[in-house]
Amino acid sequence: MRALRLTAVCGILVLIWQAVVWLADTPHYILPGPARVGSTWWEHVGLILGHAQTTLLEIVLGLALGTLLGVISALVLTYVRPARLWLLPVLVASQAVPVFALAPILVLWLGYGIASKVAMATLIIYFPVAANFFDGLRRTEPGWLDLARAMGASPWRALWHIRVPAALPALASGVRVAAAVAPIGAVVGEWVGSSAGLGFLMLHANGRMQIDLMFAALLTLAVFAVAIYFVIDHVLRRALHWQADA
Amino acid sequence: MTPSADSHSRPDHAVRIEGARFGFEGALLFDGLDLALEQGRWTCLLGPSGVGKSSLLRVIAGLERLEGGALAVRDDAPVAYMAQQDLLMPWLGALGNVSLGARLRGERPDRARALAMLERVGLGAEADALPRTLSGGMRQRVALARTLMEDRPIVLMDEPFSALDAITRARLQELAAGLLAGRTVLLVTHDPLEALRLGERIYVMAGRPATLQPAPAPDGPPPRRPGERTLQALHAELLERLTAADDAAAFPRPS
Repeated sequence: MRALRLTAVCGILVLIWQAVVWLADTPHYILPGPARVGSTWWEHVGLILGHAQTTLLEIVLGLALGTLLGVISALVLTYVRPARLWLLPVLVASQAVPVFALAPILVLWLGYGIASKVAMATLIIYFPVAANFFDGLRRTEPGWLDLARAMGASPWRALWHIRVPAALPALASGVRVAAAVAPIGAVVGEWVGSSAGLGFLMLHANGRMQIDLMFAALLTLAVFAVAIYFVIDHVLRRALHWQADA
Repeated sequence: MTPSADSHSRPDHAVRIEGARFGFEGALLFDGLDLALEQGRWTCLLGPSGVGKSSLLRVIAGLERLEGGALAVRDDAPVAYMAQQDLLMPWLGALGNVSLGARLRGERPDRARALAMLERVGLGAEADALPRTLSGGMRQRVALARTLMEDRPIVLMDEPFSALDAITRARLQELAAGLLAGRTVLLVTHDPLEALRLGERIYVMAGRPATLQPAPAPDGPPPRRPGERTLQALHAELLERLTAADDAAAFPRPS
């Protein structure tokens, strides 16, 4: 049902797009119609999917690394008091720095390859994951911790058996946000300097007035981003099926 | 964490509190308070809400520390704790919740025994059911099975049945009375009828700082039938005392 609604909305958007092209009679180098973009996509399918592979790898690696670092940070902040007192304000303040402004520096340091894009995606993903999981770890139902103490649990076992599972729904919402923003990090990194990826392809096509190819790359990116989000959302829902509202 | 042992505690008392002093958020809840829990008996603690019943129970459970006075638990016996909320872990099935204590202590959970406990509370068929699929009464029965699984000589219960409807509550009172027979039980409740059905010693806690006054408890082992005539008479008397205690509780509360 959800898939049906999504298809219907996309279909209507494509119709509106086609209608605008017909009515305004836009030149194809400003706004190509969906049919033209579709045929260009098919014509360059190997090229587009090749670059998509690079971007996908950047996103997936960024997600894995950002989530891992976020989870570790949240655990450290929860259990190491000096870390909480000294690092938390820095971490929160660091969010005032626009991550995109760091992209040129990352490219300078890590090069034109995949590493600078993974670093970019990791930076974007890290904060929502760390902040959400930390919040979840702090908000354990106090009654559960009382019960654990009365049962003679060590703090580490209470962490592993109660606080971490109780914080998983919060971690999941952080990962969902991360999945939504991860493609932004990868593409911004590619725009600043790269030799492969959908962002690179878009920039390249734009420079050569191949606007239809640019749109084809953009649509591919959108489809991949939505697919990543839905896959992650689905996996998280399955894993957290015990939640009352799942 | 565990209450300290005291070789001087009298053998017929499982728990002894003497001259206890405890404050909460700037208000002195009790000071110079004495309480002894008789070995193998149900003791019920009644009183208006906010008087400090739960704090007293939490002190015995080792969850709060006294500011003054002494707490002695016979043989340093570990206690089991049961609260008003079932405190079931929503990600564990009924069986996993019953054997939670073993996992928290790094022991191997005894699956067969956990299943037997679930059967004793009538939930043998719901071993894999997640808490959210169970009714309030069933969830509290799982919590009771978890308490039994701990197999502690002292059981502390903080209004464990107060969130349940009248019939479920009556059934659970009977079930708990049967399953916890022989253990030292402290039951905090605001329901005088519950205290009279289950209590072998009943105390009314009132005032600030609070004091404990013994109230007459019916003879015979719990659970008593709610229709018993002596129970009805005692109920009326206890209700009057609690009303008086509640009126007297018109003390200035900390804002």
